[in-house]
Amino acid sequence: MKKLIYKYHIVFPFIALMCIALISCERGFSDDVEVATFGSNPEIYTDAPVGLTDEFFESFDPATGANPEGFGTDENEAYSGRSSIRIDVPSPTDPDGGYIGGIFRDRGKGRDLTEYDALTFWAKGSTTTTIDQVGFGTDFDKNKYAVNMSNIELSTKWKKYIIPIPDASKLVQERGMFLFSAGTSNNNGIGFTFWLDEVKFEKLGTIGQPRPAILGGQDQTAQANVDTTVPLTSFTYTANLPNGQDVTVSVTPYYFDFETSNPFVASVNEQGVVSVDGAGDVDPETGEPDAFATITASLGGLNAAGSLTVEAVDIDIISIFSDVFANVAVDNYNGFYEPFQTTLGGSIEEDGGNVINYTLLNFVAIEFYGRGGSGVPPVDATEMEFLHIDIRANEIVDAADYIDISLHNNFTQSNEVSGTFRVNGSDLTSNDWVQFDIPLSSFSGLSAREAIGMMLFVSDGTIANVSLDNIYFYTEN
Amino acid sequence: MNFKNKVESRSLRLLSTSLVLFITGAITLSCNPDETQKVTTFNQITFADEFDKNGALNSDLWTYDIGTGDNGWGNNELQYYTDRPENVVVEDGMLKITAIKEDFEGSGYTSARILTKGLFKQKYGRFEARMKLPYGKGMWPAFWLLGANIDEVTWPFCGEIDIMENAGSQPTIVSGAVHGPGYSGANPLLKKYEFENSRVDTEFHIYGVEWGPNYINYYVDDVLYNRIAPQDLDDEEDVDSSDWVFNDGPFFMIINLAVGGNFDGNPTEDTVFPQTMYVDYVRVYYGGSID
Repeated sequence: MKKLIYKYHIVFPFIALMCIALISCERGFSDDVEVATFGSNPEIYTDAPVGLTDEFFESFDPATGANPEGFGTDENEAYSGRSSIRIDVPSPTDPDGGYIGGIFRDRGKGRDLTEYDALTFWAKGSTTTTIDQVGFGTDFDKNKYAVNMSNIELSTKWKKYIIPIPDASKLVQERGMFLFSAGTSNNNGIGFTFWLDEVKFEKLGTIGQPRPAILGGQDQTAQANVDTTVPLTSFTYTANLPNGQDVTVSVTPYYFDFETSNPFVASVNEQGVVSVDGAGDVDPETGEPDAFATITASLGGLNAAGSLTVEAVDIDIISIFSDVFANVAVDNYNGFYEPFQTTLGGSIEEDGGNVINYTLLNFVAIEFYGRGGSGVPPVDATEMEFLHIDIRANEIVDAADYIDISLHNNFTQSNEVSGTFRVNGSDLTSNDWVQFDIPLSSFSGLSAREAIGMMLFVSDGTIANVSLDNIYFYTEN
Repeated sequence: MNFKNKVESRSLRLLSTSLVLFITGAITLSCNPDETQKVTTFNQITFADEFDKNGALNSDLWTYDIGTGDNGWGNNELQYYTDRPENVVVEDGMLKITAIKEDFEGSGYTSARILTKGLFKQKYGRFEARMKLPYGKGMWPAFWLLGANIDEVTWPFCGEIDIMENAGSQPTIVSGAVHGPGYSGANPLLKKYEFENSRVDTEFHIYGVEWGPNYINYYVDDVLYNRIAPQDLDDEEDVDSSDWVFNDGPFFMIINLAVGGNFDGNPTEDTVFPQTMYVDYVRVYYGGSID
C-alpha cells in the first residue's frame, strides 16, 4: 500500500476542500460548529486538527535549529479513525534543522479548559526512544500557563499518554493546545518517526495524589542585599496516574500562589521572583532587626514542597560560584591534576539550580588565576572579611573526617602565600547542606589576599563524595 | 486474603459481569418481582460503628491482632501490627489506620489490624464499609470476613470472604474473593472491579457484600459487580459446590492495612510513607427475608 505523507502545507488545502465539500452538502455552518470550534471543545486532533490555526503546526524558530519540514499527517497510521499526525525527527546534521518542535494553537481566542484534568494522546514510534518534550499552554505569546513533560518513552505500539493539568481553574482562556519537541540525543543521532493521534483534553477522574513543588522540593536559604532579587526555580507538579505511576511535569510560576513570612524583608511576584525589600523590622524583644523571610508557595490550595529563606544583608560580595550573585570568571571548577588527583566532577544542575559535585575526592581546586594564559584575573579580596560556602557530604561522615580549604594568593608566583582552614567531619551532616561563614583571618598563613587565584579542597579520601554551593567572599557593611 | 490474583481478561470480565447481571436480574425477577437485591432486603442494623468518638476504638466492638503472625500473617507481609494511636485511632469522625515506615520490634513498618472476633459475628446479611484507601506500591488494605469457627476447623475450612482488597500500585482497581477448602491461597474465586472515573485514594467509596443462602453479591458503591454461588465451584478444578462453606455459620469482620507481601509486592523507594486508610463507617444489616 502506498504511504501518503501530507505536509501541513498540502493538508490544509485538502481539509479546506473537504470542508467546502461538506458545506456544499449542507446549509452552511450551524450554531453547533461555533460551539465546537470555540468554548470548551476538548479535541485537538482526531482525524484532522480541531479548531486550530490555519498553520496547524507552528514550528519553533528555525534559527534555533528547528526543522519545520518534518511535520505532516499520515493516512496509513491511526490509533483510531483514518489518520494520525506523523513527525519525522531529523538527524542533528539535517540542513533544514537538527530537531523538530512547535505548537498547535486554538484558532479563536482560546478555550475554557477548566473542566478537564489532563491532556491525553496516543503515540507510537518507529523505534523505542524518547520525545524530549510534550505539553500544552505554550502559545508563543505569554506562555503563561505552560506545562511540559520531559522524556516521553515511545514504544513501537500505540500507547496512551497522560499529562496532568496542575490547576485547571487557571485555564479559562487557553490558546496553547499542544507542544512537542523532539531530537535524536536519546537515539544516537539517528532520525526516527513518531505518530500522534486522538490528542485531546479529558476529565479522567483517575489522577490523584497531587504534589506541587518549588526549588526541587528543597528548603533552601540565600543571603541577598536589599534592593536585589532572587529568582525561584524548578516549579514542578507530580501526580499519580491511573496505572499507579507518578509523573512529574514542569509548570510555570503562574500556577502558584506565593507567600512571604516577613513582608518587611522580602516579597515575591507572580513570576516567582523574590525582591529583597528591606533589612527587616526591629524585633521589640531583641532590639535586633528580623532579617529573615521565608517564601513558600501553594498550587490550587495545596502547599508546595520547598521554600526559600532569604536573609537580607548589606554586604559586598565577590562570588565564585552561586545562583544568586553574579560570579567572577574562573578557569575551572576542577583542575584535574593527574596522576595524583582522583577527584571527578564539577558544576552540575540539580533541582533547577547549579551546584558543584565532586566524587572520588582526594583533592581538587577551583582555579581563577589565568591558567594557561586564559586571562582570568585573580580575585582581590583585600576588603573582604569572610568566605561563605555551603557543603553537603553525600555520604556518611565520621567526626575524624575533614575537608581542608586552602586559599592561595599569587598562585604559581614566587611570592605565593597560602592559608588553610579545616572543616571537621563533626561539623558536617550526611546528605544535608551545612553553611559556613569563615573569617578570612582564620586562614592562617594567608598574609596577603590581593590576588587570590586558587581555592583548594583536600580530604585525603576521608570524604569522597561532596557537593559545594554558594561560594563567595563578602564583607559586612 | 491469602492468595494470588487470578488474572482475567477485560473482555471476559465484562462478559461475565454482563452474564452475572443478567442472570441475577433474571433470578431476582423470577423469585420475586417486587424485590431487588439491595440494602432494603437487609433492613435491620445489627452492627454499626460510625467512628464518631475521638480516641481509641470502641473495645465492645473491636479487638486487635498484634505482631507479625507466622511468616508475615502467612503472606510475607512486612509490618508489625500494633494498637498504638500512631497506627490506629478514631479522629475527625473516621477510623484511621496508618502504615508507618519505622524500625519496630524487628520489623521495618508498623500498621494495624482490627477485628470483631469474639465480639460480633453474623451469618448472612449485608456487610459494608465506606472507605478511602492509601496509595503506593506495597500497600494492601483489606476489609474481610472469616468463619467464626476458625479455631476449631482451621483455615481455609472456616471460609473467608474478602469484601474488598486493593493493591496500592493499582489505584483504580479493587477485588472481592472467597476462599474455602480447595480454593484458597492462590486459587480463590476472585473478581476485580475497576473504577472508570474515580480512584480508591481520592474519594470515599462503599465496599460491601450481600450474603445469603447460596450466594454472595459484591458491591462497590451502588454497582453490583460480582455474584458468587456454589455452582461457581463446579467450574473449578478439584472442587465442587459441596465445598461451599458459606451456609455453615457466622463470620467475624477484619479491617487491616498490610505493607508488602504477596498481594502487591513490597514497597519501593518511591512509596510515600506514612499512608492512611480512612474508614467512615462499618455497618452490618440483617433482613427478615433471610430467615
